[in-house]
Amino acid sequence: MIESRLHGGAAHGSDEVEAADKLSVTDLDFYYGDFQALAGVTVGVKERATTAFIGPSGCGKSTFLRCFNRMNDLIPGTRLTGRITLDGEDIYAPGVDPVDLRRRVGMIFQQPNPFPMSIYDNVAYGPRLHGVKKKARLDDIVQQSLERANVWREVKDILGRGGLTLSGGQQQRLCIARVLAVRPDVLLMDEPCSAIDPTSVQKIEDLMAELESEITIVIVTHNMQQAARVSQFTAFFLQEETNEPAELVEYGRTAELFTSPEDKRTEDYITGRFG
Amino acid sequence: MNKRVTNWIALGALWAAALTTVGVLGTLLLYVIINGIGALSLRFVFSAPEGVRMEGGIWPTIVATVYVTGLAMLIVTPIAVFAAVYLAEYARQGRLVGTIRFAADTLASVPSIVMGLFGLALFVEALGLGFSMISGALALSFLMLPIVMRTTEEAIRSVPKYIRWGSYGLGATKWQTVRKVVLPAASPRIITGIILATGRAVGETAVVIFTMGTMINTPMLPLDPGRSMTVHLYILAMEGINLPAAYGTALLLVAMILGFNLLARFIVRRNRRMMG
Ligand SMILES: Nc1ncnc2c1ncn2[C@@H]1O[C@H](COP(=O)(O)OP(=O)(O)OP(=O)(O)O)[C@@H](O)[C@H]1O
Ligand SMILES: [Mg+2]
Repeated sequence: MIESRLHGGAAHGSDEVEAADKLSVTDLDFYYGDFQALAGVTVGVKERATTAFIGPSGCGKSTFLRCFNRMNDLIPGTRLTGRITLDGEDIYAPGVDPVDLRRRVGMIFQQPNPFPMSIYDNVAYGPRLHGVKKKARLDDIVQQSLERANVWREVKDILGRGGLTLSGGQQQRLCIARVLAVRPDVLLMDEPCSAIDPTSVQKIEDLMAELESEITIVIVTHNMQQAARVSQFTAFFLQEETNEPAELVEYGRTAELFTSPEDKRTEDYITGRFG
Repeated sequence: MNKRVTNWIALGALWAAALTTVGVLGTLLLYVIINGIGALSLRFVFSAPEGVRMEGGIWPTIVATVYVTGLAMLIVTPIAVFAAVYLAEYARQGRLVGTIRFAADTLASVPSIVMGLFGLALFVEALGLGFSMISGALALSFLMLPIVMRTTEEAIRSVPKYIRWGSYGLGATKWQTVRKVVLPAASPRIITGIILATGRAVGETAVVIFTMGTMINTPMLPLDPGRSMTVHLYILAMEGINLPAAYGTALLLVAMILGFNLLARFIVRRNRRMMG
């Protein structure tokens, strides 16, 4: 059933050519110590498209997202089996340095988290880490990244001010600029809009639409309308019993998943019957 | 009714306790000011004591105090910060780290006269540094180390984890994250810890009497001896040499320490405003 969605998407009347999988997950199990949070997840994330992960609170969406940039490695006692590939290469293979991986797979968090330094230094942080020293080059990167993150107009005259002095929504866009400055292929966004004002939400959705042609975006959201607006593909996760691992219930084109879900549980969730 | 009475009594007790604290501080300050203000003058601050009655000023003792605490601060800061970074970020949390923390807390509660005796044996005699600024600074750094280390550790731990994640998420290594994000974010609280520990060192007597000696001298080099303000005050008062000058010294000392505490408070405040 899921298989048919995975591989048969293009046949469902869509005239786009199906893009390749940027990320591909096979049989993923994830554990926090003794607690298994995810079981048997198999899914692909299409290149240069936006994929939304939806599901009730606590069903492991953030956990799953953090597997893609190995952020879970930082949490003691976590363990994972199965395979995740980025451009066909196993990102958990021995010899893969998570530090290098995270440059290619950037992440935006629910809570805007600018560093306690100037707006300019926040954006220049990543490029500086990776060896860019020339002032002119950094200036370019900072401006470009802030423009792509839809926040340049608001901050161009106050680049020297502390990042923490901005409003929450501006801070979130600053964080997006900070990630874009290291030119990732993949952008992971964990509920990026749940703690900010509506104007900024609009600006973030706009910038996502513009980025889509260049990078692969995965967004976790609780907001069905947002998932429907910004994504081409959607994956629905569900933890049926507490203390049981969550599973991927359904994956497919967003338009289809929202209009004619194949699984009863997906339908219940998107029509707001639970979660 | 009954509840209201208990409430009233509790409130009264709390209020009285708070008032006592402020009252004690106020009385002490008032006492020192009334007795010391007469001795204060530019000459008192900027000239050396003269004659058997130690008339004149206390300048050499001010220099010695600032010298030795400044030196101690320079010694303590890097060691304490590195130790704290190790404990908070790198060490596997377990028995060993628990033991180190316990050792630090115990070190902080060792009576300063014992620390002074130890400094005398180790730095003055065994290492042959004699009565000197450097001996005094090393001994004082033992006193300051646990304070600075523990406040720094707390400061590092209180940096929110999602700020660290932001840095890791950009492909930073652990050390890059610690150096460029965690330490700067923790720095106001670290600086506060250093200032408070320095304030403590400025007021220290037992340690410096054993390690710097009592000779009145304006120290220039680290191996020069000298008499701290606290020791000067002790000698003037205990030997009844010059009570007004003793009170004048006490007033300056209290003012310096108060200044340190206000500075620490200011940094915390400003930081709170900046961090929102
Ligand atoms: N650091 C952790 N240690 C142990 N268990 C954790 C940890 N983080 C998450 N979990 C557990 O893993 C499960 C999935 O959590 P996760 O945060 O991934 O869910 P989520 O779908 O992102 O939820 P939400 O929508 O509320 O953000 C939950 O049961 C949670 O309690
Ligand atoms: Mg989450």
